[in-house]
Amino acid sequence: MKKILVGLKRVVDYNVRVRVRGDGSGVETDGVKMSINPFDEIALEEALRIRERGDVGEIVAVSIGPAEAQQQLRTGLAMGADRAILVRSDRDVDSLTAARMLLEIVRREEPELVLLGKQAIDNDNNQTGQMLAALWGRPQATFASKIDVGDGKLTVKREVDVGLETVEVDLPAVVTTDLRLNEPRYVKLPDIMKAKKKPLDEIDAAELGAEPDDGIRTVAWEPPAERQKGIMVEDVAGLVAALKDKGLF
Amino acid sequence: MSKVLIVAEHDGKALNPSVAKCVSCARGIDGATVDVAVLAVDGAGLAEAAAAIDGVDRVLRIDNPANEHLLAATVAPQVAAVAADYTHVFGPSTMFGKDLMPRVAALLEVNQVSDIMEVLGPYRFKRPIYAGNVVITVEAAEDRLLVATVRTASYQAAGDGGSASIESRDVDAELPGHSRFVKLEAGSSDRPDLQTAPRVVSGGRALGSEENFELIYSFADSIGAAVGASRAAVDAGYVPNEMQVGQTGKIIAPELYFAIGISGAIQHLTGIKDAGTIVAINKDAEAPIFEVADIGLVGDLFKVVPELKEALGS
Repeated sequence: MKKILVGLKRVVDYNVRVRVRGDGSGVETDGVKMSINPFDEIALEEALRIRERGDVGEIVAVSIGPAEAQQQLRTGLAMGADRAILVRSDRDVDSLTAARMLLEIVRREEPELVLLGKQAIDNDNNQTGQMLAALWGRPQATFASKIDVGDGKLTVKREVDVGLETVEVDLPAVVTTDLRLNEPRYVKLPDIMKAKKKPLDEIDAAELGAEPDDGIRTVAWEPPAERQKGIMVEDVAGLVAALKDKGLF
Repeated sequence: MSKVLIVAEHDGKALNPSVAKCVSCARGIDGATVDVAVLAVDGAGLAEAAAAIDGVDRVLRIDNPANEHLLAATVAPQVAAVAADYTHVFGPSTMFGKDLMPRVAALLEVNQVSDIMEVLGPYRFKRPIYAGNVVITVEAAEDRLLVATVRTASYQAAGDGGSASIESRDVDAELPGHSRFVKLEAGSSDRPDLQTAPRVVSGGRALGSEENFELIYSFADSIGAAVGASRAAVDAGYVPNEMQVGQTGKIIAPELYFAIGISGAIQHLTGIKDAGTIVAINKDAEAPIFEVADIGLVGDLFKVVPELKEALGS
């Protein structure tokens, strides 16, 4: 392959316990640590490993988001991406629009493979990769836990409900990553310095011709229903009694 | 009036329980008609099973040799081709539905509502985001087709006893040849199905090894429970991936859930929020699992679990 395109979304860090704003107008993101969506980090790591095996020439990282998403792209460059593209958008971008924007980038860049996380851990939608594949008219291999690069095709092991499914897809294709595909590398300080010199281009979202789609709007945010406080028991006898008390045995 | 089409998940032999759960969700839309699309090579038996689900009005039987493995790339164009007769197209939020439905939505040029957990109206739904830490209400445009996945753990399966009509359909859609099924490695197990079992016993990293996980299997078998695991236990190689319960694994809602040696990372808790009763057994009294457990026991699982098996097992 000549080129892999990797999507990197800027999201609230995995370890942050997200809260609804006091007035219910959204999610509290002020002063919250932001990171690369963990599944996207796995996607980039996989691209790097494919390159290390000599199966691809160039890796381009792309993000759709605010100016601050440059931070995540710089991290991606430090991990080893060759260059980066920020599609600058100051409003939240829905999945269909994100897929349309990525399709336009695909047309410009002509990668053989697009690697994306299976879902972003903010909205948990799990849509963009499948939508991009549909719009592009190309194969999708979602929830990948192993990728083998062949001649003009990929063999992908996918995590499905009953186990692992293997599919073969012709290139170009879209692959979305699951947790066990790999463990992303840590970024080293010299790489962070080097990444500062790598190209990071910015494109205004409007320039890509994809109008935001407001077919589905979020109108309210609330915390989930709390479970009732439980009881602690001292020993197995106490546990058995509590279970019998609830009529479960 | 709302006309809902549900895309049936099946393995060629039997319908997945997710179908009857999607029917329950669709029935939550006032006055909606509910049809089920069965795409298979020969869907005679599957269509009959779908017709027998309570609350189904009509079954569309779409036979095609290309439907042997239900790859999203081949199924999506067929679903999109029949979608025009409907106001809503639903699939389950299982791996099957997660893979397929966004592809259907994009072919229809609409966005998708993922993981419906509550129907507030024909175009108004609740769904979880941020691993279930936030619940949002979404409103969809009424003049567009609505594509959605149903969070199956939020719904009880509709019963049997229906007698819907079955209609065979020839679907005229161009099916791509760029995606091919190679093989399926399914965990063979005589144990109850993790996603539908009323009792589930899950083990975590504290089990320490694949061998020690036998303790979990043996306790589960003694009380007729399905077996699950935390991500940590799967990543450590104690059990295969399909046993993972949590945000990126299976979201389940058993009547009784045992979390054994599981600390209770937020991603795991996401998978068990709808369980009836959660029992936690952990050495660490500070483990977050105790914050959500209905019954907690601080203790050494290697001592507690055999005792528990002795007391409860048959």
